[in-house]
Amino acid sequence: MLVDIADLRVTFATRTGTFEAVRGVSMRIGTEKLGIVGESGSGKSLTARSLMRLLPANARLSAERLTFDGIDVLNADERTMRTIRGRRAGFILQDPKYSLNPVMTIGRQVAEAWRTHKGGGRREAEEAAADLLDQVRIRDPRHVMGLYPHEVSGGMGQRVMIAMMLAPDPELLIADEPTSALDATVQAEILRLMEDLVTRRGMGLILISHDLPLVSHFCDRVAVMYAGRVVETLAAGELARARHPYTRGLLDCLPSLTHPRERLPVLARDAAWLQP
Amino acid sequence: MTASPMIDVDRLRVSFGDKEVVKGVSFRVPAGECFGLVGESGSGKSTVLRALSGLNGAWSGRIAVAGAEVGPKRHRAFFRKVQMVFQDPYGSLHPRQTIDRILSEPLLVHGLGDVERRVAATLAEVALPAAVRFRFPHQLSGGQRQRVAIARALIAEPEVLLLDEPTSALDVSVQAEILNLLADLRRQRRLTYVLVSHNLAVVAHLCARIGVMLGGEMVEELSAEDLRAGRAQHPHTRELRTLSVGLEEV
Amino acid sequence: MSVAFTRDWLLAETPASRAQAAWGRRYRAWLGLRANPLAMIGLAVVVAFVLLALAASLLATHDPGAQDLANRLARPSAAHWLGTDELGRDIYSRILHGGRVTLGMVIAVVVLVAPLGLAVGCVAGYFGGLVDRVLMRVTDVFLAFPRLILALAFVAALKPGVESAILAIALTAWPPYARLARAETMTVRNSDFIAACRLTGAAPARIVLRHVAPLCVPSLVVRITLDMSSIIITAASLGFLGMGAQPPSPEWGAMIATAKRFIFEQWWVPTGPGIAIMLASLAFNFLGDGLRDVLDPKQR
Repeated sequence: MLVDIADLRVTFATRTGTFEAVRGVSMRIGTEKLGIVGESGSGKSLTARSLMRLLPANARLSAERLTFDGIDVLNADERTMRTIRGRRAGFILQDPKYSLNPVMTIGRQVAEAWRTHKGGGRREAEEAAADLLDQVRIRDPRHVMGLYPHEVSGGMGQRVMIAMMLAPDPELLIADEPTSALDATVQAEILRLMEDLVTRRGMGLILISHDLPLVSHFCDRVAVMYAGRVVETLAAGELARARHPYTRGLLDCLPSLTHPRERLPVLARDAAWLQP
Repeated sequence: MTASPMIDVDRLRVSFGDKEVVKGVSFRVPAGECFGLVGESGSGKSTVLRALSGLNGAWSGRIAVAGAEVGPKRHRAFFRKVQMVFQDPYGSLHPRQTIDRILSEPLLVHGLGDVERRVAATLAEVALPAAVRFRFPHQLSGGQRQRVAIARALIAEPEVLLLDEPTSALDVSVQAEILNLLADLRRQRRLTYVLVSHNLAVVAHLCARIGVMLGGEMVEELSAEDLRAGRAQHPHTRELRTLSVGLEEV
Repeated sequence: MSVAFTRDWLLAETPASRAQAAWGRRYRAWLGLRANPLAMIGLAVVVAFVLLALAASLLATHDPGAQDLANRLARPSAAHWLGTDELGRDIYSRILHGGRVTLGMVIAVVVLVAPLGLAVGCVAGYFGGLVDRVLMRVTDVFLAFPRLILALAFVAALKPGVESAILAIALTAWPPYARLARAETMTVRNSDFIAACRLTGAAPARIVLRHVAPLCVPSLVVRITLDMSSIIITAASLGFLGMGAQPPSPEWGAMIATAKRFIFEQWWVPTGPGIAIMLASLAFNFLGDGLRDVLDPKQR
């Protein structure tokens, strides 16, 4: 098992007391594609970030068990964590605009990413960078390598981010809303690319998103989070058979192109959903 | 069409420097109708809306609202007739003003009396509790903020509402509430909408007619029924439709 | 208005009136400031200095101008708590009265400078284009002059004295505030909420005054408190060069200037006003840092 989480809790100290943002999440992830879906504030990003111990300074992390490939993340020292972050697990964020260095060419950034993990000469790194960009299906890698991040589109930027994350051959890829800043046509391409790479390389994938239908198309399993807890875990193909009223509500309140409705049903939040 | 349309845009062109981003877009919206503009980022759909609203004066072509032609510079009376709701509810409300202050501002500018009653009534109309009136934007949720933005647009009783991706920054459950609210308001106040969105399902839900933009041009104008039924002509419209429908098949 | 300013009333999550919302926000800022010990020390010192200066005639043990040549350069003693200066004047009394002159100058400079800098910066930043270029080049001209030299030339053209010193310092102090206000304005100029203001049909003057300027005030306030010390020093330098407060009038900078001859033998003469300047500057700096944390909307 690649990732094993049991009873994960993340609490924030506020002026008036404490606020529990993640309230006892348990999940086990192998070499599969898991989607974590929820609305803003549901704790989906915090859950994934806990795994890398990348939490805001005022957050407190506790869990019965939190392991990555057998390594106890809760008690690991910073050096061990650094070998996990970036090397054994890649992290792809929402907007490539903010994650790429604006004053460095794309080629150098990818080559640097490769060299930090693999060592080797400059020439060698450049070859590797071209190969990586080719793997994320950038048509003319040599040309793109000479460009600066602001000279490429959002979709291209996200491909570059993925290429950089692939450099150290990670075992797990965590993608936090990787396509919500992109157009629908590009979104599908990027997700298909990620799905393909993950399957081919035998990696695990955690795809975090607010878009339930989208995620179910590209994942094996979907965990639906509400108010810091996983309310339901479904096989992707069984979305129609979702049982939790929250999941059903989420699916139902989407406007549909094929089934027009006069009014959209509104999600009535039930206090009982907060109870375990 | 017998009466003159509420909005008449004819061969609208907008350039930023040397780059032409809107290349001759024409459409008409009859009073009380909702017109949707869909397209991907960079297609020029938001630029059309900003030229229409008066925020961007560097355009050429012809824009007429309620039969009267308008120029790049608008009179105060224009802003009583046409209002806009922005995409990002976090960025469109002044961070240091209370909701009360935000909503009274248009009334003060237009010299409309009865501020107390109007603010309270408009808050009620967008289904916000009276308790939020003296709060600050950062104390509200995303959906509540977007309701405030809609209230601000409505308070001076306009006839046209320009909606720039009004739900794309919101969670889907909140999106449904806002879409319902917009539909109700249009019916009650006989408003004319121009809705810009990248989401085909949202546009088709609210609008009867839809213009598809690509690279600064409107490549196709069709009815929502035709779009639903797949009677689109242009390949780009068909591609967008396929992607949207593909996601609905669970 | 009979409103009870209770804690609950101030901290109510759902204020019932405009006044309550405004007071609640102020009270929260105060709570934030109170949680910062350094800022509170700064505030306490500033308030103490102002009170001491105001009550100078009550607290002074001697007339600040009374000379006693037989008793010049006396060590601190029961009669003269901080000793006497080269003319036998009581240093303690002179520091108290000097506080009025020095702090008065600082406050007068701020009252002149802050609105000017704010106005120039906001107008330049909001309108951009030609207006911006003209206003900013004027600002640059003032910024390019060495501060003290310009002040000197200005005072020399008028007659030396406290009022001229205030004007001179104000003239040289506003450009940084204009630049700051301009930078703040540029960050909000293209935001959606300012676009929304324009769409209400509001006139540009109203937008600048009611929507843009209030957003620039916090950073300006912070910058001013951080600059207080340098205003004190400039005032002192002018006094030292004979261009500021004139000799019999007790001004901290002038006191140090005249005492520099005795600094090694009679160290207590410059020490008193020196410590006063240092404490006041430090207190303003602490307060400024604290205010930045509380007022800056971006930090919340």
